[in-house]
Amino acid sequence: MSLDQLYQQIILEHSKARHGSGLAGAGVPEGASSGQSHQLNPVCGDEITLRVSVAGGKVSELRWDGEGCSISMASASVLTDLAEGLDPDELHSVIDSFREVLRSRGKVPADPEILGDAAAFEGVSRYAARVKCAMLSWVAAEDALGQAVAAQDRTS
Amino acid sequence: MVATPAHLLRSATALGNEEVMRIRNDFPILHRSVNGNPLVYLDSGATSQNPLSVLEAEQEFYEQRNSAVHRGAHYLAVEATEAFEDARETVAAFIGADPDELIWTSNATEGLNLLSYSFLNASLPGAPAEAARFALAAGDEIVVTEMEHHANLIPWQQLAARTGAVLKFIPVDDAGALDLEAAARLIGGRTRVLAFTHASNVLGTINPVSTLVPLARAVGALVVLDACQSAPHLPLDVKALDVDFAVFSGHKMLGPTGIGGLYGRSELLNAMPPFLTGGSMITTVTMERAGFLPSPQRFEAGTQKISQAVALAAAANYLSETGPARIHAWETELGQRLVSGLAAIPGVRVLGPAAGEERIGLAAFDVAGVHAHDVGQFLDSRGIAVRVGHHCAQPLHRRLGLTASTRASTYLYNTTDDVDAFLDAVAGVREYFQA
Repeated sequence: MSLDQLYQQIILEHSKARHGSGLAGAGVPEGASSGQSHQLNPVCGDEITLRVSVAGGKVSELRWDGEGCSISMASASVLTDLAEGLDPDELHSVIDSFREVLRSRGKVPADPEILGDAAAFEGVSRYAARVKCAMLSWVAAEDALGQAVAAQDRTS
Repeated sequence: MVATPAHLLRSATALGNEEVMRIRNDFPILHRSVNGNPLVYLDSGATSQNPLSVLEAEQEFYEQRNSAVHRGAHYLAVEATEAFEDARETVAAFIGADPDELIWTSNATEGLNLLSYSFLNASLPGAPAEAARFALAAGDEIVVTEMEHHANLIPWQQLAARTGAVLKFIPVDDAGALDLEAAARLIGGRTRVLAFTHASNVLGTINPVSTLVPLARAVGALVVLDACQSAPHLPLDVKALDVDFAVFSGHKMLGPTGIGGLYGRSELLNAMPPFLTGGSMITTVTMERAGFLPSPQRFEAGTQKISQAVALAAAANYLSETGPARIHAWETELGQRLVSGLAAIPGVRVLGPAAGEERIGLAAFDVAGVHAHDVGQFLDSRGIAVRVGHHCAQPLHRRLGLTASTRASTYLYNTTDDVDAFLDAVAGVREYFQA
């Protein structure tokens, strides 16, 4: 497998664009419930703090601050694009699908219908040492989403 | 390439590429390919490779002499015990110690934990009077450095937390050297332990042991030397360095994993409370109490790392026969080639001493706009193995304004071609990642 299959152009672009980056100082959108999660990869020190806001039964915003390799940063950027506008159950199932592909060691192909740009991370599943990089923000999102939904349930 | 400055060359004649090519024939793994390229192994700072003589020594032990040591009167048990103790003699001599001053540990980390836990035991109520010199109390101080590997930091953090002692550290300057003026201020009347690395696994700096030891001696503090990156790479004489304790890891010096060593001055080891207790370290045992053997058995509870010790002795012999001074001289050349080559690549920042300054044969660096993981992945695609991440030195990376770096580390089996292949690959990193 070539390096270009791991570092697809779309990944390199997202690693620089970093959609959703900029959590510090950004307030929770009005009327939304939110949850926040900090995830760390102790092997390399990559980390992310990610907030999911839910309003009107939809993920209204995803914001994060992170530092890490191109895979982890691009993954958070792609996730941001994908998550906003989904309802919590949809986001959970997208996260499950992503995890299944990433942990499959190349055996489960990504479905672009479900994963959109995140399908580009299919190649990462063949690099065991990099799976955690790609999963970092998704694990944070899963945790933060659970908190946001719980907070919403309390207020509604 | 910048030529190696004369003051960095030891009097010993360095190995040369031709000799290294012969050395490489002793290392089967160096002949495999990775991702369709010949393996360029530049991660010996993490784990070194094993020559055939080491692999054969371990196999020969299991095929011919495998048995428990220091117990049993049968023939194999005697042979195994002899092999085990001969190995201790060989490795002790390799670092300039007497055999009873070398304790086998699983690795350097265990050696440092052995010390910190023994000192903790000495600090507990009811500890024997002879252990008082190791006891720490509230307000006592432990001094480490900002460049320590976590293995030589966290055991001391834990010891400080449990005894009420204060952990202080000697800062690192921008050039990657210890601030010796600060060291002189920090090491004072309350200092009980000074623990520092001989050579930095990130910066490559060789620390001035002869400057630091007298500071500790003047205040009666114990000196602990982390020799993980020096024992494999330069002539090491723990007695000449006048340290109280030193630790090293077998797998970084051509030996197997699972074994390392702790050197301690005999009179200290025999006064220290044990760390692990159980079989093989005792004299008389009743249901209520036990007496302990002198060092080294005092610290070697349970069945030992016998085949590993035998293999590590074979590794020490391999290094002795090649010549630690010659290895050091060669790696100094490779280290300078790494640094001057890296410094010439736009966007690359070398950590630690600049080209022309003393360093061991490794270099860690940052590539502007490209994370170390990505650098490592790119190099791996060309068959080049390096270490990426914080190298178990998070505080040092924080001091340098980084979370991670990439490190190339050489050994006696690396050629200048290895270094050049690496430099050539690094030169293409920023373009690939569009940084």
